[in-house]
Amino acid sequence: MNESLDEMYRDIILDHYRSPRGKKPLEKTDIASEGHNPSCGDEIDVELQVDDDTVKDVHVNCHGCAISVASGSMLAEIVKGKTLAEAFRIAELVKKILKGEETEIPEDLGDLDALKGVRQFPVRIKCALLSWVTLMEGLKDYKSGQRGGKSSISTDDDKD
Amino acid sequence: MASKTTQNGTSLRSGPTSLMVDIVKADFPLLDQTIHGHKLVYLDNAASSQKPRVVINALLDYYRKTNANIHRGLHTLAERATDSYERTRDHVARFVGGVDREEIIFTSGTTESINLVAATWGEENIHEGDEIVITEMEHHANLVPWVILAQKKKAVLKHIPITICGHLDLSQIDDIITPKTKLLALTHMSNVLGTINPVEELAAKAHQHGAVVLADVAQSMPHMPVDIPSLGVDFCAFSAHKMLGPTGVGILYGKRELLDKMPPYNMGGEMIREVRFDHITWAELPFKFEGGTPNVADVVAFDAALTYLEALGMQNVRDHEERLTGYAFERLSELKDLEIQGPRETGQRGGAISFTDPNIHPHDISTFLDSRGIAIRAGHHCAQPLMRVLGKVATARASLYIYNDEADVDQLVEALIEMRRYFGV
Repeated sequence: MNESLDEMYRDIILDHYRSPRGKKPLEKTDIASEGHNPSCGDEIDVELQVDDDTVKDVHVNCHGCAISVASGSMLAEIVKGKTLAEAFRIAELVKKILKGEETEIPEDLGDLDALKGVRQFPVRIKCALLSWVTLMEGLKDYKSGQRGGKSSISTDDDKD
Repeated sequence: MASKTTQNGTSLRSGPTSLMVDIVKADFPLLDQTIHGHKLVYLDNAASSQKPRVVINALLDYYRKTNANIHRGLHTLAERATDSYERTRDHVARFVGGVDREEIIFTSGTTESINLVAATWGEENIHEGDEIVITEMEHHANLVPWVILAQKKKAVLKHIPITICGHLDLSQIDDIITPKTKLLALTHMSNVLGTINPVEELAAKAHQHGAVVLADVAQSMPHMPVDIPSLGVDFCAFSAHKMLGPTGVGILYGKRELLDKMPPYNMGGEMIREVRFDHITWAELPFKFEGGTPNVADVVAFDAALTYLEALGMQNVRDHEERLTGYAFERLSELKDLEIQGPRETGQRGGAISFTDPNIHPHDISTFLDSRGIAIRAGHHCAQPLMRVLGKVATARASLYIYNDEADVDQLVEALIEMRRYFGV
């Protein structure tokens, strides 16, 4: 068995891929953002139901590879119950982890550790990032008052 | 030993319709390695082929014994380099079915060959309201230059659609190719679907209306006998690296009458006859289009690739791939619901086999196969409009060549079966 392959497709990733969380549509959508990755055609919708600055529920709909689906599913699980500011900070942390700038992962975000294996496959980092940059775009627009519309981002635009 | 038999190609043929793949394989040093602990199976030939020892040696020999700038040097090395470079031009002219050597222009690749036509012939001959006809299955190389030219000139870009079987849909062809058509630019063989298009028939139709025809033969030239005079086209573009040659060499064939009238492309050295501050005259064909120092070493080594292919015999190459494609279809059918794109009749297509799994993304397929030593391609294959027509964001593509055999196909199919277990979807 190939070690780096299993490192990327860890059991946690495959579990999220086979049964992604956040499939159920929301009762009420306050933040909606869509992202796509032109180089591989992955597309994702990230929607949040917000109550008192806290993420009450998350809906993620991703058409893409195992890594982008699993990453979106983790997002749905992790962000639920967090404040908007916390959600944004976690997304920033995930970006740092995937870019190798951060290796420490807080205990309560344990599943995220599984994404580290993706770093050995540089072309797949974008796949793991897709849901998180899409979330950040939605949060940014919500904060700046552009509510009601749908935010949109491509991983090719995410240069930083 | 193996490369010696290649020089005298007949011994490589086990029969009238097949290649002795084991002997061919031994001529390709790169293939003799393991990837992640598995025997390498290279199935990304539509992207780029591997190189036989004779080509690698030709490249080394050139730099060891011959290297100099060509055409103007008055020393022995410059003469040798010029001879070798020009000999390849003669060889290409013969290989493509016997055209004039002046009609063969060396470029950096298929992309540059087509861009050259767009920037010179296109610039002077496409005007507002003119129509450019392409097909729905074009590679971006034979698409983007025409989209841009049409925008710039306010010309109309029309396309020939495809049928659900992956052939060109010619039912409305008389509405598409009309007296307004100035250019028909089409691929001879699709890099995604494998489809072989009826270039001769369409070229004849376009010519009836006085249009010029360009064929992208990048996928067909390496895999089947291609005779440019019988295709009846005005321009042809292909790349050396897909047919055992080095990277960085492309060929543009152009009919002399057209090339003569076209303005030059790269301005600088080599492409002039006389230069004054107020007046410049261009060099004769083909040098008018080869400004600057060309890629001499790679062109020279390409000569060895052509010799190698001729020794095998292009019809044998074609027969081998046709048979192996049939075998691949048969074996891939063991995978339930695996969707294969393009025509299923092996006689009407090449060996580029695009497929999708209903539950596993092409990138995951490619990553998994790589872990089993198998190199394929996954993505949109530089044909995004076609992907939209197929309703896919991407496909996986296994593409065959002379050094692939049944065992390679078996390794692919077994890995795909294992992949489905691994992802468990």
